[in-house]
Amino acid sequence: MLTLTCPYCGVAADETELAAGGEAHLKRFGPGSTDAEFDTYMFARENPKGVHFERWRHAYGCGKWFLAARDTNTLEVFGTYPAQSSAPPQHIRDAITAKRPGWTWRDFA
Amino acid sequence: MKRYSVFAVAREALRNHMGWERAWRSPAPKVRYDAIIVGAGGHGLATAYYLGKNHGIRNVAILEKGWLGGGNTGRNTTIIRSNYLQDSSAAIYEKARSLYETLSQDLNYNVMFSPRGVMMLAQTQHEIRGYKRTAHANALQGVETEFIGPGRVKELCPIIHIDGPRYPVLGALWQPRGGTARHDAVAWGYARACSDMGMDIIQQCEVTAVHQADGKVTGVSTTKGEIACDRLGIVVAGHSGVLANMAGFRLPIESLCLQALVSEPIKPCMDVVVMANTVHGYMSQSDKGDMVIGGGTDGFNNYTQRGSFHHIEETVRALIETFPMISRLKMLRQWGGIVDMTGDRSPIISKTPLGNTYINCGWGTGGFKAIPGSGWAMADLMAKGEPGPLAEEFSMYRFREGKFIDESVAAGVAH
Repeated sequence: MLTLTCPYCGVAADETELAAGGEAHLKRFGPGSTDAEFDTYMFARENPKGVHFERWRHAYGCGKWFLAARDTNTLEVFGTYPAQSSAPPQHIRDAITAKRPGWTWRDFA
Repeated sequence: MKRYSVFAVAREALRNHMGWERAWRSPAPKVRYDAIIVGAGGHGLATAYYLGKNHGIRNVAILEKGWLGGGNTGRNTTIIRSNYLQDSSAAIYEKARSLYETLSQDLNYNVMFSPRGVMMLAQTQHEIRGYKRTAHANALQGVETEFIGPGRVKELCPIIHIDGPRYPVLGALWQPRGGTARHDAVAWGYARACSDMGMDIIQQCEVTAVHQADGKVTGVSTTKGEIACDRLGIVVAGHSGVLANMAGFRLPIESLCLQALVSEPIKPCMDVVVMANTVHGYMSQSDKGDMVIGGGTDGFNNYTQRGSFHHIEETVRALIETFPMISRLKMLRQWGGIVDMTGDRSPIISKTPLGNTYINCGWGTGGFKAIPGSGWAMADLMAKGEPGPLAEEFSMYRFREGKFIDESVAAGVAH
């Protein structure tokens, strides 16, 4: 079972305690944006086979949203970090680089 | 290719079955093909078959990174139905279902299509209204379905517990010509027919790069070398995002793991397919006697063909409530397949930003039933370069245009 550590309350939570929230670090486009920008924001997804940044909510715990770096191909978790991050923090990137040298994800890394 | 027939069986019986030939060839790839199809699952093989049969394009390679039919084609619960709400969905799924009716004769390969009937249980007032609406829509679309009461449900499937305390069975949407087929045989039958037309099925051949010049595809790199092509069809289900990335575009798709399981074989006890969507479980009995059970999807992106164990618990709990007699049945096997989910839960059969490159994906949790119709529509698109009537609504650009085909109940289950 997938286990993520909530960066707020510190509990190592099983996936039955969590709610998945999809891809992280999406840049939001709303009224005034072009159709292409809105389409990309709303529907296009990285969907990588490998390193993935994603949103989770500690639904049956402290209730906080947080972000996680995970490998979709091995289910390995590289780390979790607060939702108030516009990009993955350096220690998360380093943890990924240590295990997946040469990884890429959008503009990060 | 020698045809399969009762005479062939008799002939081989007399000579110790030494004369059966391989069902398909396994050639080395040529330098160039008119069309390359990536993915030798049901949809990819059906696309190749109808390219040859309907459009005369036979210099075709079908590349497969694993083994033929080893992805979702061999991992689904084999249900075939076409009782969809939206017109464009009903059209392509009914085309597929009607092709299944004569597929064994068409391919000269027994796909064991069994139109035993599919019922989708209504267990809430909302479902009754929803299914009555679908039945009316199906009547207008020319798809034979009917809303039936609980008495008829019990008559068609005596092992259902219709008056459970929490979710009693209030009726069902019944499609008498829906049913099941042998999933492996569908892949094998199409593969044999493609090979017979001179197409090359190349297994253990993973595509590692897509090459382009002047905005058009020129070929692919594979683990078995470089192969050039005029047209490229990407039909790889869960790995669509990976191939799209190689071709330089993104898709409105996320890959999730969907699970299924089978029980130990028991004597025949149900001869229809039952889907109980409120409690989230569906079940049918295979010809071998095992109960084939569909489970749930994980909520997060996943490329491992496993799935989380708690979904099995939820599925089994729902089914025991609906079919109390299975409570002591042992489960034999559980597995997962990577399904490609779109935002509106409808598939994509589309041109792409790369010229002469076409994609067929997004079938999500319900692709097996669509294989012949999907192949038919994709072949039409690849041959003509423009979508025909079956595919035109399923463009990948419909999300930008707001022309969704909202079938968020596409598997008939609440995902």
